[in-house]
Amino acid sequence: MVDESPARVAPGTSTGRAGSSRARTGLPSGAGARLLVADDNKVNRLLMTRSLELQGHKVQTAENGRVALQMLRAETFDLVLLDMEMPELDGFGVLEQMAGDNQLRSLPVIVTSSLEGITDIVRCIELGADDYLHKPVNPVLLKARINSSLEKKRLRDQQQDLIKRFATSEVADDLQESGFALGGRRVQATVMFSDIRGFTSLVESQSPEETIELLNTYYTLMFDAISGQGGVVNQMIGDGLMAIFGAPQALDDSPLAAVRAALDMVEMIDLFNVERAGLEKEPIRIGIGIASGEVVAGYTGTQQRATYTCIGDTVNLAARLEAHTKEVQRGILLDGDTRAALGDKVSLDALGEVTFKGKSLAVSVYAVKAQAQR
Amino acid sequence: MPDTIDRNIFAELQDAAGAEFVIELVTTFLEEAPVMLAELRSAMDAQQADKFRRAAHSLKSNCQTFGAMQLGAMARDLESNGMAGGAPALDALEAHFREVAAQLQELSRGG
Repeated sequence: MVDESPARVAPGTSTGRAGSSRARTGLPSGAGARLLVADDNKVNRLLMTRSLELQGHKVQTAENGRVALQMLRAETFDLVLLDMEMPELDGFGVLEQMAGDNQLRSLPVIVTSSLEGITDIVRCIELGADDYLHKPVNPVLLKARINSSLEKKRLRDQQQDLIKRFATSEVADDLQESGFALGGRRVQATVMFSDIRGFTSLVESQSPEETIELLNTYYTLMFDAISGQGGVVNQMIGDGLMAIFGAPQALDDSPLAAVRAALDMVEMIDLFNVERAGLEKEPIRIGIGIASGEVVAGYTGTQQRATYTCIGDTVNLAARLEAHTKEVQRGILLDGDTRAALGDKVSLDALGEVTFKGKSLAVSVYAVKAQAQR
Repeated sequence: MPDTIDRNIFAELQDAAGAEFVIELVTTFLEEAPVMLAELRSAMDAQQADKFRRAAHSLKSNCQTFGAMQLGAMARDLESNGMAGGAPALDALEAHFREVAAQLQELSRGG
C-alpha cells in the first residue's frame, strides 16, 4: 500500500532521482547554475553577465521582458535576474506572467533595479520576486543572494521530487496549487476497482520473488493504461487497485475515460499473457468494476500523515461491481450512471438488477462486451 | 570642485570585474550614452514622458555603476521630475557628459 504523505516529506533527504538540480552534483553549492539576465541596458547586461560568470554560472541575456519570457518557456533556467524598467514588457509584466504559469511559478527571481521609492519594490516582492537588489549591485551581496535563492530552489525541487514519488503527479499538482488541508469536497467522478483473479492460489504456486516481479509488471501496465486516460491510481492493496477519474482534476468525460482505461488494461493483460505463455506460465485474468457519481474527495488522515482518497456510495459500488465480476465471469462491469453517460460509445450487455450486500436498493449492472475493444 | 568620477567606486568596479573588462565596459557606455541622450531630446520634442523617464533611468543606472555621481544625480532628477527643466536641463546634462566621457577614458586606461 502506497499512500501520499506530503507532511512527512523531509527536506534535505537525498532522493537519488536525477532531477534538474542534481545535474550539477559535485560542484560547490549554487555554482554553475543556468541564469537568465533580463535588462534593456547593454552596460548593465555586460556587467551583470561578467559578475555572474566570475562566480561560475552560465549566463544568457534578454534585452526586454518579452524576449525573457520566450527564453524562459523554451529553455531551462535555475534563476532569473530581472530588471524592472524595460521596453515592450517590463519586469512587472514578466513577474505577473510567471506567476500565472505553472512551469515558471517556482523559478526564483531576483529583481535588480534602481527604482525610486519603496512602492515598486514592495510590488515586486508581492508579485513573487525572491529578492530585490538595488543597482549598482554589490558583487558580494549578489553572490550571497543568488546562492541563497538557488539553495531554496534546490530544497523545493527535492521536496517536489519526494512528493511525486509518494503521490501521483496530479495530487502533487493539486497540493502545489491548493496547499495541504485535511477535509473533502464533493465532486462528480468515476471510480474504478481492479484486481487479479485467483491471485491467492497464484501466490502459493510461485516464489515470492516471482510474485513481486509479477506485481511490479502488472502495476506498471495498469498505471500506464489508467494515467493514459487521465485517471489517477490512488490505492494499491496487494493485487488490487483503486483509481479515480475526474478528481483531483476534472476530466471532460470521466465515465468514458474510465471505460477506455479498462479496455486498455484488458488489452495489456492479454499482451502480457502472450509473453507469459512463452515462459510457460499461467495466464492472469483481471476483474474491473466501474461506478460514477458523487464522491467526497480530499485528504484524510492526520496533519502528519495523510492520503488523498475518495469515499462515498460510488466508491463502495465500484468495489462491489469488481467483486461481482467473479460471479458473472465478465471482465468489466459498470453501474447504471456510467452506462447512461456512455451512450452508444461502447457496446454493453445489460445483466439486469443486482442487490449488493449492504445496499438496500438494487442497481442495474452492465458488462462491457469483449469485442468492444477498439 | 568635486571629482567628475568617484575614484573609489571606479576602483571597486575594476577590482570586481577586472581592469581589462572595465575598458570594454566604458567603451560600451560611451557608445550607448549618446543614444540615451538623443532619446531624451527626441522624447522631449515629442512630449513622450514615458520614453523620457526610461532613458533618464537607464542613464542614471550606468552613471552610478561608473561612479559618475554628479551626472547620475542630474539624470535622476530628470527621471523624477520629467521634462520640467526643458532644453537647458538637457544642454547641461550633455555638457557634463563630455567631461565624464573624457575622464572615464583616462581612468579606464590607467590614468
